[in-house]
Amino acid sequence: MTKRNYFFLAAALVISFTSAGCGSSREDNSGRYPNGQVIVYNWGEYIGEDVIAKFEEETGIQVIYDMFETNEEMYPKVESGAVAYDVICPSDYMIQKMRENGLLQPIDFSNVPNLKYIGSEYLEYSRAFDPENSYSVPYCWGTVGILYNKTMVEEPVDSWDILWDPKYKNEILMQKSVRDAFAVAEKKLDFSLNSTSEPELAAARDLLIEQKPLVQAYVIDQVRDMMIGNEAAIGVIYSGEALYTQEENENLEYVIPKEGSNLWFDSWVIPANAPNKKNAEAWINFMCRPDIAYDNFDYITYGTPNTGAMEMMDEELLENPVLFPDEELLEECEVFQYLGPDAEAIYDEYWMEVLSE
Amino acid sequence: MKIKKNLSKTLLAGPYLVWMIAFTIIPLCMVGVYGLTDRTGVFTMDNLTLLAQRGYMKALLLSLGLSLLSTVICLALSYPLAMILRSRGNGRKGFMVFLFILPMWMNFLLRTLAWRTLLEKNGVINALLDLMGLPSLQIINTPAAIVLGMVYNFLPFMILPVYNCLMKIDNDVINAAKDLGANAFQTFFRVILPLSVPGIISGVTMVFIPALTTFVISDLLGGGKVLLIGNIIEQKFTTANNWHVGSGLSLVLMIFILISMAVLNKYDKNGEGNAF
Repeated sequence: MTKRNYFFLAAALVISFTSAGCGSSREDNSGRYPNGQVIVYNWGEYIGEDVIAKFEEETGIQVIYDMFETNEEMYPKVESGAVAYDVICPSDYMIQKMRENGLLQPIDFSNVPNLKYIGSEYLEYSRAFDPENSYSVPYCWGTVGILYNKTMVEEPVDSWDILWDPKYKNEILMQKSVRDAFAVAEKKLDFSLNSTSEPELAAARDLLIEQKPLVQAYVIDQVRDMMIGNEAAIGVIYSGEALYTQEENENLEYVIPKEGSNLWFDSWVIPANAPNKKNAEAWINFMCRPDIAYDNFDYITYGTPNTGAMEMMDEELLENPVLFPDEELLEECEVFQYLGPDAEAIYDEYWMEVLSE
Repeated sequence: MKIKKNLSKTLLAGPYLVWMIAFTIIPLCMVGVYGLTDRTGVFTMDNLTLLAQRGYMKALLLSLGLSLLSTVICLALSYPLAMILRSRGNGRKGFMVFLFILPMWMNFLLRTLAWRTLLEKNGVINALLDLMGLPSLQIINTPAAIVLGMVYNFLPFMILPVYNCLMKIDNDVINAAKDLGANAFQTFFRVILPLSVPGIISGVTMVFIPALTTFVISDLLGGGKVLLIGNIIEQKFTTANNWHVGSGLSLVLMIFILISMAVLNKYDKNGEGNAF
C-alpha cells in the first residue's frame, strides 16, 4: 500500500532536521525514558500526529521511528538484519513471506490485552496469511477499487470493464505495481488474484497489454494527486486514499467493482531479531487502544479494524461504503498471498512484458 | 630525496586510493560476481544473454535511440551558442554562462518533477496554449517528453566543454586562416571545427552516458509507459529483488558504454594530435 509520498518526503526532511538538532540531547534523555527503546518500522505518513509523543509519555519507552515506501523495499532490510527493528507494519502477503522465511516471532498476547478491541472478522480474514493469528495484529485494512470523476464519466461504474473502454483513452490511471495491476486483470477474467497458473497469468498479461494504449500513466502515489487535479477520469486506488481525495475534490467517487477486488491488511508484526520484544508488545497494545486507533484513523483516513474506534466514529462515517463495504462485495474480495519465488518470477517477467510493449 | 618525494606522493594519493577501492573497485567486483551467478550461487551467463529476449532488447534499443537523439539535439543547441559566446565581450559572456549553469543549482529531481507539472494535461503549458486558443500539447508520458527531459537536464554538460574548447582556440589561428585566404565557411570547417573536437567528444560522453542509463527521467516523464533499460535494471534491484539479473544487465550496459567511449576516444586523440 502506498501512502502520501510527498508528505512523507516532507516529513522525512523535517525529521532529519529535528533529529540532527536533537542528536546530543537524546543521549542525556535516559532519565526521561526509564523503560528503554522500541524501534518502529512503519509506512510513511501512517500514524496519528501526536501518537508517538503520547506513547513515549505514558510508557516511558523511547520511540525510534523509521519509515518505508513499499513492502519490497522493507523486506531486504529486515532480511539482511542490518537494522534490528522491534515492530514492523507490512502487508498481508509480505507477512506471509516473512513468516515462511523465519523472519518473525510469535506475539505474546498476554502483553496485548487490547487485542479484544480488534473485530473478530478481521482476525478471521488475517488467517489467509497468518493461519494461527499468532504473528500479526491488524492495524489498517481496506480494498482496491476504482476512483472516478463524476463530471467525466457518465455511465454508472460497477465493473473493471470500464478500464478497457476505448472511450476513456488517455483518461485511465493504473497502479504501477505487479500484484495490483495483475489483480485487476485477474478479477476481470474471473481468476483468483493469487493465481499461479501460467496460462491464466498469460491471459491476464495479454489483457493488460491490450489495455496499455488506453492508459495515461502507470503510477503509484500520483494517482491521488492526479485525480484531485482532474488529470484523469478513472484511476485504480486504495480505499484509504479515496476518502482523502474526496475531501479535496468532491466530484470523485470510489467503487469496488462487482467482480471483486483485493482486500488488504497492514498488520503489526515482531521480527525474530527484535531486541526489545516486550516494548514491541507494549507498542502494539497501545496501537489497539480505541482512542489511539481513532486518532490514527482520523489522521490517515485508512479503515481501522478497531471496534472501540468505530464506536467513536459518527453515523456518517460508519455508513460510508468506502470504509465499510457491503458484506456481499467483500465476499468477492481476496487477500493477497505470498506465491513463492517461482510464481513471483513469472509475475515479474510478464509485468515487464506489459511495460515494455 | 627521490624516495621522500615518492612517499609524499603516495601519502597524498592515499585517500583517493582508499576511496577508489572502497566505492569503485569493490562494488564493481560485486556487480561482476552477482551478474555471473544465479540465486544458488552457480556460475551462469543467463543474466547476460537475457538481454537478447524481446522485451529487454526493445528497452535497450529504445534507450540507445532516445539517448542518441538527445545527444544530437544537445550538440545542435550548444555549438551555435558556444560560438556566439566566443564572439561576445567578457562581461556579458560570463553572465550568459552563469545563466546556463544556474538551473544546475536546483535539485535534478525537482526540476524534472517541474516538467511534469508543466507538461501535464491540465498543466501550465496547456493552460497557456488554451488561453491563446491554440491546440493543446500532448507529449507527457511519451518518448518525446523523455527526450525533452534529457535535453533539459544534460544540456549544461554539453555547453561547458564545447564552450571551454572554443575559448581555447587562439584568435591568431583564425586570423592566420583568413590571411591565407580562407573564407568564413572554410575557416569554420577546416580550422574551428577540428580544433573543437575534444570539447565535442567530452560533451557527447557526458550527455550520452547518463541519458543511456537514466531511469528517473523516464519514470517521471514517461508515466511508466516507456520502459528504458535503466528502468528494467532498477526494477530488478527493487521490486523484483533479483540482484543477479540486475547486475547481469548492468554488465552488458557497461560493455555498451565502454564501446562508445573507445570509439569516441579514438576521435579525441586524432583531434588533439592535429590541434596541438
